[in-house]
Amino acid sequence: MPTIIENNPAVTRKKYKKKSTKSNGFVKHYLLMLLPGYIWVTVFSIIPMFGIVIAFQDFNPVQGIFGSKWIGLGTFEYMFELKDTWNIFFNTLFIASLKIIGNLVVPLFFALMLNEMRNMLFKRTIQTLVYLPHFLSWVILGGIVLDIFSFEGPINQLFSFFGQKEPILFFAKAELFPFFVAGSDVWKEFGFNTIIYLAALTGINPSLYEASSIDGASRLKALWHITMPGIRTTVALLAVLSLGQVLNAGFDQIFNLYNPLVYSTGDIIDTWVYRVGLLDLQYELATAVGLLKSVVGFIMIIISYSLAYKFTNYRIF
Amino acid sequence: MVKDMTLGSKVLDIVLIFVLSVITISCILPIWYTLALSLSSKSAAAAGLVWLWPVDFNFNSYRQLLEDSQFFRSFWISIQRIALGGVLNFVVVALLAYPLSKTSRDFKQRNVLMWILVFTMLFNGGLIPLYLTVKGLGLINSIWALVLVAGAQGLVFNVILTVNFFRNLPNELEEAALVDGAGPWRMLIQVFIPLSVPVLATVTLFSIVFHWNEFLYGLIFMTREEFYPLQTYIQQMVIVFNPNIMSEEQMKMMAELSNRTLNAAKIFIAMIPVLIIYPFLQRYFIHGITLGSVKE
Repeated sequence: MPTIIENNPAVTRKKYKKKSTKSNGFVKHYLLMLLPGYIWVTVFSIIPMFGIVIAFQDFNPVQGIFGSKWIGLGTFEYMFELKDTWNIFFNTLFIASLKIIGNLVVPLFFALMLNEMRNMLFKRTIQTLVYLPHFLSWVILGGIVLDIFSFEGPINQLFSFFGQKEPILFFAKAELFPFFVAGSDVWKEFGFNTIIYLAALTGINPSLYEASSIDGASRLKALWHITMPGIRTTVALLAVLSLGQVLNAGFDQIFNLYNPLVYSTGDIIDTWVYRVGLLDLQYELATAVGLLKSVVGFIMIIISYSLAYKFTNYRIF
Repeated sequence: MVKDMTLGSKVLDIVLIFVLSVITISCILPIWYTLALSLSSKSAAAAGLVWLWPVDFNFNSYRQLLEDSQFFRSFWISIQRIALGGVLNFVVVALLAYPLSKTSRDFKQRNVLMWILVFTMLFNGGLIPLYLTVKGLGLINSIWALVLVAGAQGLVFNVILTVNFFRNLPNELEEAALVDGAGPWRMLIQVFIPLSVPVLATVTLFSIVFHWNEFLYGLIFMTREEFYPLQTYIQQMVIVFNPNIMSEEQMKMMAELSNRTLNAAKIFIAMIPVLIIYPFLQRYFIHGITLGSVKE
């Protein structure tokens, strides 16, 4: 019958191939489409990359990067002699690690609890509300957090209600600062981070739960033997990918929460680079530290991607 | 789901509802508190009397805010910024994602071009070279510094999401359009874009929210307050700690001088655009993210 031949995949593919050779004429249109985007990325991402040569120069803003004198690795030697450098690298690693752990574990527990919820309306309402803080800026949330923990803020009122005499200036306590930062970041992001876990949870075959129910397994048993193995890969993948974030302690957040009293524990690479480079105008030093961060961060991301690819076949595109 | 009706299961349900409710309320409470604070009197705020309900309900802080012309100038700059940034992001992402979603059989240079793009996402020259580039281009105090610099950063991520989405569209649609004689431009505009509303809406709304929230570029690329976008203006007014203030006593003094109700009003107004966009965002982003991140 002719209709069957029309729908025969072999025939269709042949037709497509023929058209596809014609589509070689498309390539110049493809390149034309790509042009604006690549110009944009070249000017604002690729050209600035060449600016890293400032780290190897005695940079003079008037003469620019072509006129300034080359001094080799002098800036880097100076950088490693500075006590600040070690301190900010440690702070960055410490705060970022706290965040990575919190942002893996808390959303996992939240997603598991949400998954056990059987009232769909309740579940959907909760999901709607917990995603919200992710979309608010750290300027806004920083302002709110600083107010809540201020002298007249609700937290100090609560403390005085329970007998604390002197109000506490929480954001002047250097020993607490990294935990404040990590805690408020987890609070802001846990809702958004549950999305990926929930997507993995819906991928688990429901008949597994039915079978376990018939066999008399309790919900906790089902959680342990069906749900957990079902999202193990996702957890491992997220853990590996977060390795690429160990030098990202979150500029926006810390910049809006810190103050000179907590520099010892709260100053990170990015905030330091901002102050030293753009406020003190030590361009070479700030560029050198920024470059070191970029290179180490790049290596960590490559390692994390190749590990993710090796173990879970993950590809970004 | 399992229909387990034992006592233990019911207790578990109640505990879950309680814990989930407490956590969820903690996400909303700070926003509600800010609103309550902005509607309270200054003296009640200074005495620390405000909890979850306005004390001495009044609109004084909003009235005071109306006289702050820089607040509205900055607000308008931010509106212009998200309009320009959102449109530019939508157009450029669609134009980049369509060719890059082709296989290397159809478009030989595709893989090299894609890796270049991904490289710019994974590596950057740092803050100082970026600043000097923008300065060299003469974009200091121009809104285009805000639109183009911030826009270039989220761009590649948005492109990857969209490429993955395009690649998951059924091949037959493209073949049919090809048979009907559609060229690449018609293919993109009449086939791919209408079919990709979830992901394109997601990336456009993401870029709008990003442009609205971003404050650092306003701070470093604008030398005068009158050019600040809203978040930068609020950052300077509400948060900035003077680095010269070094002792705890001086910080206490500053905290007492600050105008908490007015700050709360500023913060709340700055949240409103996000709260307005949020329902639309909500409709698309889960779908857009989960579909765009699945590979064939």
